[in-house]
Amino acid sequence: MNFFNIPSNELLQHLINGLTLGAIYSLIALGYTMVYGILKFINFAHGEILMIGAYAAYYFYSFLYDPAKGSSFIMAIFIAALLIAMFASAALGVLIERFAYKPLRKAPRLAPLLSAIGVSIILANLAALFFGTKSRKFEYPFDNTIIQIGSLNITPNQVMILGVGFVMMVSLKLFIDKTKLGKAMRATSQNQPVASLMGININRIISLTFAIGSALAAVAGVLMALEFKVYPTMGTMAGLKAFIAAVVGGIGNINGAMVGGIILGLLETFGVVILGIPQGLKDTIAFTVLILILLFRPSGILLKNIKEKV
Amino acid sequence: MPLLYTQDLRREFGGVIAVSDVDIEIYKNSITALIGPNGAGKTTLFNTITGLDFSTSGRVFFKGEDITELPAYKITRLGIARTFQNIRLFKEMTVFENVMIGRHFRDTHPKIVKNDLLNFVIGKVYIKKNEKNIYDNSIKWLDFFDLLNVRDEYAKNLPYGKQRELEIARALATEPDILFLDEPAAGMNASETDRLMKTIKRIRDLGITVVLIEHDMKLVMNISDKIIVLNYGKKIAEGTPEQVRNNKDVIEAYLGKTND
Repeated sequence: MNFFNIPSNELLQHLINGLTLGAIYSLIALGYTMVYGILKFINFAHGEILMIGAYAAYYFYSFLYDPAKGSSFIMAIFIAALLIAMFASAALGVLIERFAYKPLRKAPRLAPLLSAIGVSIILANLAALFFGTKSRKFEYPFDNTIIQIGSLNITPNQVMILGVGFVMMVSLKLFIDKTKLGKAMRATSQNQPVASLMGININRIISLTFAIGSALAAVAGVLMALEFKVYPTMGTMAGLKAFIAAVVGGIGNINGAMVGGIILGLLETFGVVILGIPQGLKDTIAFTVLILILLFRPSGILLKNIKEKV
Repeated sequence: MPLLYTQDLRREFGGVIAVSDVDIEIYKNSITALIGPNGAGKTTLFNTITGLDFSTSGRVFFKGEDITELPAYKITRLGIARTFQNIRLFKEMTVFENVMIGRHFRDTHPKIVKNDLLNFVIGKVYIKKNEKNIYDNSIKWLDFFDLLNVRDEYAKNLPYGKQRELEIARALATEPDILFLDEPAAGMNASETDRLMKTIKRIRDLGITVVLIEHDMKLVMNISDKIIVLNYGKKIAEGTPEQVRNNKDVIEAYLGKTND
């Protein structure tokens, strides 16, 4: 097997790299798509919710971080930091919805969108003000030496990203498909007034949607932070890319967000290798994809009849 | 005491008075029809009672309790269900899921809903028991409407008549004391309407009070214990089918077109 003269071992390497990147995009894209499914607007503050989660984890983790205490202690505080990040982001997401979007629920659709952009700018600048603009290193909770499997180089962090991403996405699927609250979310996304006539408290479901989407973003934020550090604008580009991933999969479609994230991750990785796009112009790939999707398949690459909104 | 009654219920949309100080009384275990020309305010009245819309003034009482200010989901949990003039199913869900969701939140205190999330994480013991309950009840209603053989179809793929029945099944799955049907016979042919008539009687025989908006006079005259007539948002008459049929105001306002 030989595509474009890339040796097959290298192909596998790019595949792993692409999947890792894609898993992060997917986690973030889920938040966009869930909120869109229910409220029909794009929560442009999503990237900043991710950033706040990453900072919450960073401060907790680096406060307790002490290599002398052994690897299991460090792993334990890392897991605690991850949970704190999820909680912080979920709480922030719910608060933002309550104060910036809920009062605008009956306003024209442009209003909450503008409100979201405003919240996003406020959060990024508050973070710069209080946390400083300096990038902060998030120490690995484990020895991140490259593992060599044959000619394949994979870092423990990549394994963790793939593992955590997989677990999160499967749990979310099970939650939405199998539980009562998941069913209530699907019902709410399909028809709010009727869902309320089924005895479903719409406001609670909307809060829950923001909480779950934001918690997933926090996980992505912490995973990113390990690789790329923590800084006030870390959520901006990641958020935009994940938004594109959500559009690729069909905005409002849960499966689409997962697939779209993976596809975008792979395209970015292989775009550099195959098309020879310089690393510095890597970001153009995602935006080109966005333009092409909007031109040719605005409802996403997944077929409409397998659409599952939330 | 009536199961449900309104006091001077009023709904204005800007200058339009859609419902004008209407008093209605619905007695337990009866079938009440709400009739009137298009735009008479029938659906608006349904909306304000079921909590989808709010009234400008006036009160609604159900089982002696003032429910005027309650949100729709709380009104549902108290035992009021409804269907729509234009069918509003969860189209992307199966027939079975549509009915199950009607059952899900019935009698469920908000606290239990919260604990459900916890249960999802720690053990699902309670959920399993609850789900079994929901399952049995959903099967019961699907069976009632002869929908068991299509339970795994997407709601959007059902023929029109079946969609109407599914919507009623879903409303009944919330285990209501009172069921509001908004033009249940709309778009049905004569044999489907006959079937519907029997179904409505079967529902009443289960001890569920039925209120319906309907234009099909044969159906209305046949099954109603009481008829309430609205025109321009005002109640102009009420009584047995016989009384309403002979009421001068009704003939003038509603059946006036036969005056030639």
